[in-house]
Amino acid sequence: MTKTKYLIIGNSVAAVAAVSGIRQVDADGDITLISRETQHTYSRPLITYLLGGKVGEEQMAYRPADWYEKSGVNTMLGTEVTHVDPEAHTVDTAGGQTIGYEKLLIAVGGTPIVPRDVQGADAEGVFTFTTMDDADAIANYIEEREVRSAIVVGGGLIGLKSVEALIELGISTTVVELADRMLSATFDETASTLAQRRLARAGVEVRTSTTVAELLSENGRVVGAKLTDGETLPCELLIFAIGVLPATGIVQGSGIDSDRGIIVDDGMRTSAEDVYAAGDVAQARALLCGTNRCIAIFPNAYRQGIVAGRNMAGAEAQWEGGLVMNSVTIVDLPTISVGVTEALGEGYEELSQLNEVALSYRKLVLHEGRIVGAVFVGDIDRAGIITGLIRERIDVSEIRDVLMSDDFGLISLPAAYRERVLSGTVNRR
Amino acid sequence: MKRIRICEEHCIGCGLCEVHCVVQHSRSRNIIRAFREERDGIVPGVKVERDGHLSFALQCRHCEDAPCIEACMTGAMHRDPETGAVLCDTERCVGCWMCIMACPAGAVQRGASGKVASKCDLCIGEDVPVCVANCPNEALVLEDDGDD
Amino acid sequence: MPEWLTQAEFVIERDPERCIQCKVCVRQCANEVHRFDAELGEVFSDSDKCVGCHRCVSLCPTNALSVRQVELDFRSNANWTPQAIRNIYKQAEQGGVLLTGMGNPEPLPVYWDRMLLNASQVTNPSIDPLREPMELLTYLGAKPTRLKYEGGDEPRLETELGPQLELQVPVMFSTMSYGSISYNASLALARAASEVGTYANTGEGGLHAGIRPFAKNMIVQVASGRFGVDADYLNAAAAVEIKIGQGAKPGIGGHLPGEKVTAEISATRMIPLGTDAISPAPHHDIYSIEDLRQLIYAIKETTRYRKPVGVKIAAVHHIAAIASGAVRAGADFVAIDGYRGGTGAAPTMIRNNVGIPIEFALAAVDARLREEGIRQDASLVVAGSFRCAADVVKAIALGADACYIGTGALVAMGCHLCQKCYTGRCNWGIATQDPYLTRRLNPNIAVRRLVNLLESWRHEIKEIMGGMGINAVESLRGNRDHLRGIGLTDRELNALGIQMAGE
Repeated sequence: MTKTKYLIIGNSVAAVAAVSGIRQVDADGDITLISRETQHTYSRPLITYLLGGKVGEEQMAYRPADWYEKSGVNTMLGTEVTHVDPEAHTVDTAGGQTIGYEKLLIAVGGTPIVPRDVQGADAEGVFTFTTMDDADAIANYIEEREVRSAIVVGGGLIGLKSVEALIELGISTTVVELADRMLSATFDETASTLAQRRLARAGVEVRTSTTVAELLSENGRVVGAKLTDGETLPCELLIFAIGVLPATGIVQGSGIDSDRGIIVDDGMRTSAEDVYAAGDVAQARALLCGTNRCIAIFPNAYRQGIVAGRNMAGAEAQWEGGLVMNSVTIVDLPTISVGVTEALGEGYEELSQLNEVALSYRKLVLHEGRIVGAVFVGDIDRAGIITGLIRERIDVSEIRDVLMSDDFGLISLPAAYRERVLSGTVNRR
Repeated sequence: MKRIRICEEHCIGCGLCEVHCVVQHSRSRNIIRAFREERDGIVPGVKVERDGHLSFALQCRHCEDAPCIEACMTGAMHRDPETGAVLCDTERCVGCWMCIMACPAGAVQRGASGKVASKCDLCIGEDVPVCVANCPNEALVLEDDGDD
Repeated sequence: MPEWLTQAEFVIERDPERCIQCKVCVRQCANEVHRFDAELGEVFSDSDKCVGCHRCVSLCPTNALSVRQVELDFRSNANWTPQAIRNIYKQAEQGGVLLTGMGNPEPLPVYWDRMLLNASQVTNPSIDPLREPMELLTYLGAKPTRLKYEGGDEPRLETELGPQLELQVPVMFSTMSYGSISYNASLALARAASEVGTYANTGEGGLHAGIRPFAKNMIVQVASGRFGVDADYLNAAAAVEIKIGQGAKPGIGGHLPGEKVTAEISATRMIPLGTDAISPAPHHDIYSIEDLRQLIYAIKETTRYRKPVGVKIAAVHHIAAIASGAVRAGADFVAIDGYRGGTGAAPTMIRNNVGIPIEFALAAVDARLREEGIRQDASLVVAGSFRCAADVVKAIALGADACYIGTGALVAMGCHLCQKCYTGRCNWGIATQDPYLTRRLNPNIAVRRLVNLLESWRHEIKEIMGGMGINAVESLRGNRDHLRGIGLTDRELNALGIQMAGE
């Protein structure tokens, strides 16, 4: 049986950050990294850029080629873990290996949701899109079948980025969204409208308040979809982008507590001793509401990885709470959204500025004197200042009137907070 | 590593720091040519904020736990091992603006082309960043806090 | 009524080849001379408002700016000079007293420039200050006529010495009150004095709490307005100076307009916020020399005779008699301020026409005190334009114990002598309370420059003395034989008590 001091299951953001976290404290301890995927750690969000031809394979690496070596990480790529035994401090792989550990990190991310009640979903040309292998498979299919039209099911962030990739390739695309507007989880109504307008200008068809009921195929390949509202759309390719669930399957039968995701405390510790979880698979404390939620966001995964790694190596590190935040460019319209993007009821206040012609929108959501959320469309300059104010829970009641002004900047903020920001220590944990 | 300390009480809001940052990051390195021919293509890494008689010049803080590095989805934002500065590898940057979203100082800008991120690079290659060297009132001071 | 008869004194020249429209000049001119036209994308300059302070010139990153004094195209007239003509235009348009700042700029003879120093040759060897000790240490205060020692193997001094100020270099910072100059400037002067080992004078601005830590290098002033004066003020400082007169405006008082009396100034001067700070011409409790003596001793009592108490007088007619009176009244030092002395605000007519040169005043006072046998009873400090180390050496040779520098210190901090101090819009952050402008004087930089200045002069004084073959400032003091006059009449030579060059 192989033994290692630190065992990390996963090869993406949280895993990479965990290695950094461990190495901040322990320069020599053995680290073994095991992943189902075969590639050198890559930037998952870039897979749509890869498909669309905006980046090449060489740009996909998330860390330099020699990073594993320099970090002292022993890798077992293309290996799937089938079972975790926290009592025995071992994991089993699909290939029949058993690996022993002192500290284990589960950073396996999520699996894409495939609807079970859609007939014909097993046809060729139907994909989910969350890995580099998916990007390669879709690209090959497009080339082989000379795909000219596509449907993307799901008008969220992944769906949106998939759409962009397809447009780059000259494929006419329709988005099918169950909610009454796109990006309903990320944006408020105004921002969704602006986004949809931009997409429309780019020639993207959008169908809202509907979803696919059945897929039609010919010779085993998808040729169209029947929507729940009755309309039938032709397509030669279909991507399901309706969401990702934390891949908690790995802890089934292990006794490790999980809900929607693997439940962790502020040290990224699971209910089993010496077992940690981080990234999209983890369910950790959310900053604004205080309860444990799965906030599958890149910077959150990174920070969780650091915290987990440091704790695994015996140092102190605290998770300060997760914040929903997204930065996504819709065709050429930059957008950023952070936290709560709509007033949730009494005590909430919204401040906003909208320029419909310019597709420019700025909005802040306040609650009890603090900013709890923001949406920026078009003009995203210095949005991070607001993110900082949200994260640090700064009382802005004294400066409420300048929050939306053109001159708003650090100089508008309370001097004590500004000093912390300028000293570069606001993020220090 | 070297850090620039901002002394708010000494800033006179003249803007010379911005001027010299532009020159330093131009191709010609000549102030007249830089402003005549290259100005539109350069986003200065330092920006003066003004409110009444208050002012200060802000550039990237090159934070120890840099939020931009954590948020960067391509690994373009990284720390230079020699100087400790946080740098953006524009070859890897895809302009996703996660860094702009994450920086609490608002110190990252969209570059002039609109395609990659732009920010202070601590004047790599110079002993003293040009904003510090040219501030007429020592409102920007270079400090060395030792190796981290 | 448009001001069409008043004309610009300066014209701004902007080199279009070099101007990069960076707008630094626009931001830095307190007189709003430069402005940026966004439509045309160009900076324009309204020369009419320019006061010739050179702030924009100094900061322009491409050296695109220059300021030229305008020689108006009046028919040339040595009597009705352009300035005289302008002054009348101004008064005819606006009425009122013409105001100005800094010292008398009129082209009257500068007598320091007509005195030359000796150097050693052959028989009296020079001394190299870098290799041999050179004593510049100066004590200000009453000196005893005779010293009595107790005998024995280790003689002990029996005579009690009066309180003395100890100066590492015979130069001090002259009176510049907090209120006429900014807090940063005041602080810089105090810190620099402390660093070099000399003294700065608070003027009638009171002693600000931030300057308190440097109080042992401060001379506090009791002026006619008695601003900031209480027992604590007197006891905190190293010495007290009763201000009877000022070289720039002898005979009249001072006036700090209410708009300039900020909360800080109000607290430091102990007057109500926003009220005019008026210093009356006479001290209203000094109408005779006996009254002066009474005040001197009242202060000595309050300070338990532990600090030198001096008197500052303006150089006017009969200065020797006045100075003698002050010494006999009990002053431990007498400061004489010549007609070139600076000020933050004074009526132009008085600044340019009242008072006498410090050179003559010093010579007369030193001679008279020696004649009367009371020269040792008080140190002589002179003020009223010392522009370089050579001026200082000449002043000591003429009889001074130490020199006060005012304008020189301001210039070291950045002043360009535009003479607009009274407007409160000093672009260099010195003679202003406007927070936008006061930031421009970083005290750390100002201290560095002041210390550099004094250290440079200290070294130059040593070099000059070494060249003269003397190694102690006592050998220089009052030793008029080290001076020779050039271009002076017999009467002038006599008045100065020096011989002519060649003799």
